[in-house]
Amino acid sequence: MAVDVIMPQMGESIFEGTITKWLKKPGDRIERDEPLFEISTDKVDAEIPAPSAGVLKEIKVPEGQTVPIQTVVAVIEAAGASAAAPAAAPAPSAAPPAASPAAPEKTAAPRASAPAPAEPAPAAPKAPAEAPASAAPELRENGQKIRSSPLVRRMAKEHNLDLGEIEGSGAGGRISKKDIMAAVETGGAKPQAAPSAGSAEGSSESPFVSTPPPSASSRQAPPAGASAVFHPVLENAVSRERMYFGNYEAQPMTTMRQRIAEHMVASKHVSPHVYSIDEADMTRIAKIRERSKAAFEAKYGTKLTFMPFFVRACVEGLRAFPTVNASVDGTTVVLHREINVGIAVALDWGLIVPVLKNSEEKNFLGLARGINDVAERARGKKLKPEEVQEGTFSITNPGVYGGLMGLPVINQPNVAILGIGAIQKRPMVIDDAISIRSMVYLTLSYDHRVVDGAVAHQFVAKVKSYLEAWNEEIM
Amino acid sequence: MAETTYLEAIRQALFEEMDRDPTVLLMGEDVGVYGGAFKVSAGLLERFGWERVIDTPISETGIVGAAVGMSYAGLRPVVEMQFIDFIACCFNQITNIAAKSHYLWGAPVPIVLRGPCGGGVHGGPFHSANPEMYFVHTPGLKVVCPATAYDAKGMLKSAIRDNNPVLFFEHKFLYRRIKEDLPEGDFAVPIGKAIVRREGRDLTIVSYAAMLHTSLEAAAQLEREGIAAEVIDLRTLLPLDRETILASIAKTNKLLVVHEDTRTGGIAGEIAAVVTESAFEDLDGPIRRVTSLDTPVPYAETLENYFLPDVAKVVAAARELAHY
Repeated sequence: MAVDVIMPQMGESIFEGTITKWLKKPGDRIERDEPLFEISTDKVDAEIPAPSAGVLKEIKVPEGQTVPIQTVVAVIEAAGASAAAPAAAPAPSAAPPAASPAAPEKTAAPRASAPAPAEPAPAAPKAPAEAPASAAPELRENGQKIRSSPLVRRMAKEHNLDLGEIEGSGAGGRISKKDIMAAVETGGAKPQAAPSAGSAEGSSESPFVSTPPPSASSRQAPPAGASAVFHPVLENAVSRERMYFGNYEAQPMTTMRQRIAEHMVASKHVSPHVYSIDEADMTRIAKIRERSKAAFEAKYGTKLTFMPFFVRACVEGLRAFPTVNASVDGTTVVLHREINVGIAVALDWGLIVPVLKNSEEKNFLGLARGINDVAERARGKKLKPEEVQEGTFSITNPGVYGGLMGLPVINQPNVAILGIGAIQKRPMVIDDAISIRSMVYLTLSYDHRVVDGAVAHQFVAKVKSYLEAWNEEIM
Repeated sequence: MAETTYLEAIRQALFEEMDRDPTVLLMGEDVGVYGGAFKVSAGLLERFGWERVIDTPISETGIVGAAVGMSYAGLRPVVEMQFIDFIACCFNQITNIAAKSHYLWGAPVPIVLRGPCGGGVHGGPFHSANPEMYFVHTPGLKVVCPATAYDAKGMLKSAIRDNNPVLFFEHKFLYRRIKEDLPEGDFAVPIGKAIVRREGRDLTIVSYAAMLHTSLEAAAQLEREGIAAEVIDLRTLLPLDRETILASIAKTNKLLVVHEDTRTGGIAGEIAAVVTESAFEDLDGPIRRVTSLDTPVPYAETLENYFLPDVAKVVAAARELAHY
């Protein structure tokens, strides 16, 4: 029995994925849940496990190609039909391709001036949703001519959209590039091969209704504003001509690089960044850590780093100053009740910020485990999309590479990000005596739309005092 | 460093090329003693002498014919038309002899024909022409229309160094109106490469020569309305840089061509054909033109203003196209 392997939906607002690597070749044996291919999406890079055991029969989408979610990317010939069948393909499996050729009779029909219901009944009543894709009707349901453009028609075809269902905002109701891009973004990327069961039932008898059925896509429309598919072009600061000279290599950005670039530009564009800098005396914590490191790892099986101390201190700071744990929606400030701390993890191929959900509910061990777990899985491309979403505050650690301090860019939709510098011994003046202390610079970048300097400095002071006066049991 | 005018940039290019290469010479009506009608060649006679800066009789066809002959003999003549309108007089020498010589006899004709073109200075119908399209239609020629002082200098140098006939149209409205800091030393700007002067996402405005500045001004005004226009300076009309135009259309999906030449048979028509042939499915609106009217250039100021494209006309057309 053949099982289709589909491009999974890696998170709500994601409509396409790029196959970066096939881990098996056609003809290879594969176990269920064994990694089959790697993908790169707007949010994460991930390994996708095989939906079924068997032999990889066919690869339909080559490496490097980007396809909409639910697209069949490979076929596995399952070993024992009984074993594979129940759990195998959770998605609506591809419709028999035989259904589609029934469409052509529709091309001529809508040209009739009135939408006469007396139209001849379709020859194949069980060929539902395919029709509008192959030939965009030229008239709307109300008999109005659909005005578009060559670009719009091409995009409609590529995304399998029915122009009859898209409102035009251009001159004279024309469907413009903007309209079709909005349609694509709000769920237009209907997979070629997966008519939803819903639309098939809905279109039942009436021959007219079946012509432009409400597309499956518009029903499962994700929340508006979700971004996908079209990468806004990042503008150049100087003309292209001035960049290419001498010897060079032009390297295309990976998907992740593009996402980072877009995100950084958007963040700097939207949020007026202000920076507050303070330093904390880590001598006490450094001693605690030095003393307990080995025992901690032996007892709990996870490394004792400085990071959980910082996260713990930030939680206290965020509790005291809730406007730092927020998002901004126009003129509304969204104060988050959960404290979900995003932790920037540098990767060889980029950067990702996994989120430690509900950090306020975790004890020290929980934080330590959580941080090590997401960091490790980030490096192994094993993060789930929901694990990089819903952060409410972020921490980045330029000190890992010896940086004394860094002024990070806010990770949207947060309003603040804390940078932690390198911990180093420095001579400090304490009670008019010079003493050698383990010091760290704390830098807070914050969105001045909602966080003012006074609050930011108090927040950092709170983090600092919590660290300096650390009195929690860690074991 | 002092800013250099478009006119001075051309003069510098002539000086430097004549300095660099003893086979380069200048000939035309009043280019020597008088220094040219617009003073483009002021000082050249004193510097290079009467053998290389030649005042000719008033016979354009004779001048170009002589230049073609000189080029066969190993010289690289630069010919000035006192006003580019008079280039019509030597049409046969240019289109039948200069343009075909390399093709027919393997005899390249490294000449440059340069002179002031364009309106907006109330010069009337005999002193305001934009004759580029007669020659864009002639295989074997190159047609250059610089819009900036940098390009005027760099492209005139490329034209002089080119082994084929180049028509170099200097927009006289720009002669003393635009200036910029030019780098020290020798530089050349390649023929056949357009340039994006302003990046935008909503529509592409393709233009050249004086109308580039009108288009850029319009783009700045459009920006205040939230319309981001990309502006391309063609710089060379023949050969046309299709790649730059098509790349921009792939991004903005809408095209407006602005030129001072009259409408029918202007380069806008050719560009429209190129885009519909090669990028039809990138288009999200009709290709629009803002051009001069199909009449001779009027003499009266009010009529000339009505005849020529201006910022308001470009803004109106771009706005309509953006909202199409």
